[in-house]
Amino acid sequence: MAAPPPDPPLIQATGIVKRFPGVLALDGVSFELRAGQAHALVGENGAGKSTLLKVLTGVYRPDAGELRVAGAPAAFGSPVDAQRAGVQAIHQEIGLVPLMSVARNLLLGREPRTRLGLIDVRALHRRAEELLRPYGVEVDVRRPLRSFGVGTQQMVALARAVSVDARVVVMDEPTSSLEPREVDTLFGVIGGLLEQGIAVVYVSHRMDELFRVCESVTVLRDGRLVHTGPLADLDRLRLVSLMLGRDMAEVRAEGLTRFSGEHGSGDHGRAADTPVLEARGLTVRHRIADVSVTVRPGEVVGLGGLLGSGRTETAKAIAGALPLDAGTVAVAGRALRRPTAASTTRAGVALLPEDRKAEGIVPALSIRENIALAALPALSRAGLVSDARIDRVVDVFMKRLRIKASSVHQPAGELSGGNQQKVLLARWLATGPKVLLLDEPTRGIDVGAKAEVQALIEELAGEGLGVLLISSDLEELVEGSDRVLVLRDGAVAAELSGGEVTEHGVLAAIAAEGED
Amino acid sequence: MADVKAAPAAPARTGWDRSRALSWLQDYGVYASVALLLVFNAVFTPHYLEAGNFRTQLVQVAPIVIVSLGMALVIGTEGVDLSVGSVMSLSAAMLTLYLGYGLVPALLVALLGGAASGAVGGAMVAFLGVQPIVATLALLVGLRGLANVLVPQLKEFRDPGLLELGGGSVGGVPYVVLVAAAVTVAVGFAMRRTTFGRRLVAIGGNRRAGELSGLPVKRVLVLVYVVSGVLAALAGVLSTARIQAADPTSLGLLMELSAITAVVVGGTPLTGGRVRVAGTVMGALLMQLLTSTLTKHDLPSSWTQMVQAVIILGAVYAARQRVTR
Repeated sequence: MAAPPPDPPLIQATGIVKRFPGVLALDGVSFELRAGQAHALVGENGAGKSTLLKVLTGVYRPDAGELRVAGAPAAFGSPVDAQRAGVQAIHQEIGLVPLMSVARNLLLGREPRTRLGLIDVRALHRRAEELLRPYGVEVDVRRPLRSFGVGTQQMVALARAVSVDARVVVMDEPTSSLEPREVDTLFGVIGGLLEQGIAVVYVSHRMDELFRVCESVTVLRDGRLVHTGPLADLDRLRLVSLMLGRDMAEVRAEGLTRFSGEHGSGDHGRAADTPVLEARGLTVRHRIADVSVTVRPGEVVGLGGLLGSGRTETAKAIAGALPLDAGTVAVAGRALRRPTAASTTRAGVALLPEDRKAEGIVPALSIRENIALAALPALSRAGLVSDARIDRVVDVFMKRLRIKASSVHQPAGELSGGNQQKVLLARWLATGPKVLLLDEPTRGIDVGAKAEVQALIEELAGEGLGVLLISSDLEELVEGSDRVLVLRDGAVAAELSGGEVTEHGVLAAIAAEGED
Repeated sequence: MADVKAAPAAPARTGWDRSRALSWLQDYGVYASVALLLVFNAVFTPHYLEAGNFRTQLVQVAPIVIVSLGMALVIGTEGVDLSVGSVMSLSAAMLTLYLGYGLVPALLVALLGGAASGAVGGAMVAFLGVQPIVATLALLVGLRGLANVLVPQLKEFRDPGLLELGGGSVGGVPYVVLVAAAVTVAVGFAMRRTTFGRRLVAIGGNRRAGELSGLPVKRVLVLVYVVSGVLAALAGVLSTARIQAADPTSLGLLMELSAITAVVVGGTPLTGGRVRVAGTVMGALLMQLLTSTLTKHDLPSSWTQMVQAVIILGAVYAARQRVTR
């Protein structure tokens, strides 16, 4: 590395720690950003990216560690403090007022005034047009912001941030809803910002963009700093393995998961069995294209890929939670016409969603009610619930899954992540499913619960269930699955089976193609 | 217990005590207030403990209780039903129109009218995604108009069966009160023991989770509004029977507000996911007792309104604490 430049870094965060109840979100993370630098911040879900961004932009206060802005110690009490110090975030959900005009948005709170103290509308519009010009946006600034596309709105947000003297601009997935042409414009604008000495923190999962825009990179994993340095020193494969926590040189011979790690051995997963799940050509516009998945009884099929590669969407499409544009789903040989969540549930498909809190747990209801929820038809007669039957089922699963709670009447919202996950698993197992779609079943739960869930998955497959396992934890994916499908950009990039199911094989499939 | 609760990082001791107190207030405040008012009246209001007084109070509150129970179910799904007052007037109009076919057919038609109104509102909410407040506001306006078209002015009638229903009693307990009690028991049973009740609170507590768990979310939503409509129609019929006249212009006016008040004061959170049946009945009783107490002590009704406002704010404040806890 060259000798350090004389002026201090724009942002220097040292040993940042941030704790949430039950989670250590950031564990002594350091981060350095220099003027005129585009710095990529990458990591899978739960890596701590968004927590770090929120610390940098004043949304969270760190529990420990030091934050310096341009050399001076900074303690942001609120986002406003951060903005005063010149740190501005451009979010996906842009923090503007959709119903107000573009001009009003740009100059909100600092509108030019007439001598009478009223807003000088003509000057307002002129100033707004001047501000927008460098961004290649030519729009009528008098029209409401929401009448323009996401790309334009983002440019307005960016123009606003820069015009209030932002020295650091944080962009979180800025291209996620942009058209290719708009992406080019955005990159041009970023180049301009860098020339002005503004620093950009760039968060994205799209490898191409990172290598195109960014000069340096910081990789986080599980709240820890894994790597930081110039991006040019890394190739794609290396970057992906850093993100997923797999150093090629030190892939262990035997993993730490509770899976036995045998692939396609034993008496399950024979080609002769009727598949419990056969999904063909699943297509959901902008999300997944022509994805086919087959799961046989007793088989665990892994679904690998980076965040945003379409894993979750595939599972949701199979479960009827995402309307299909094309494709068919058959469960145990029976085709489902236009699958809906209700019809797939009846057919024996169970989806354990990735976002437990938003899509799984009903927090105000008791553990008992949460477990009984999906199986109510089987636990009732003529619409009348049988308490005795519910108690029996709940008791069985409380014991089998070792759910720890003060009582079955405790609100599920009070449970720890691991126990909530077990409650959701119990909810689905109570319906007697044929296929389990597990979306990140062990993410965000403690080590003990994780091992228990992994052991349970293997046990269930042993009983003849088909399992589709989505996991960002490569070790879990490889040791838990008989076969692995690797998704990239919403399409199947590779299918690995038998001896090909290795961490290296998955990594290579994820990083492939983009080597140009 | 230690690893079970996702305990918030040790907030200040006083804050914790306060949130516990408020949570107690939300759960039992309404009972305590009713008890307090009864004791106050027993001591300070002459002739309060006579059976006649209680009977009058209960007869007056019965329609509000019936409507409020339907409202509680709707609010349990994170919705609201503003159309209840207009449904009452519609049911009064239909009752009058069909009385010629006999009392029972007329009653059935009136209740059916309520069910149909509820089905329309529920369908707008469940299938078209219209916000509950807007969908039922449209019905509030439209149904009152429809009732006025059907029965343009106050229409008195003498029907012995209806007279008996409105004014009769068995063992000293008026029929109207018995019906309200029966509805309370039925709604309580539905919430505790039927799949409908279980699904209702699950959908109110986390609609997306309900959908992904394969619950018939739309069907449950429509049914909730139908129940609310039928109960409002029932209240309309009972009120009509009591005054022996169909009065579409003013029957049930502002009933939606009384019902929402009873539900909120009874401790059901407006954010859904919880329905308190007994609390709702108590909420209605509390408002009734409050009005009668202040009236009996010769305070103007404007005082009643202001005291009610304080109670509503208190109830909402207690509920807010629970959500943000």
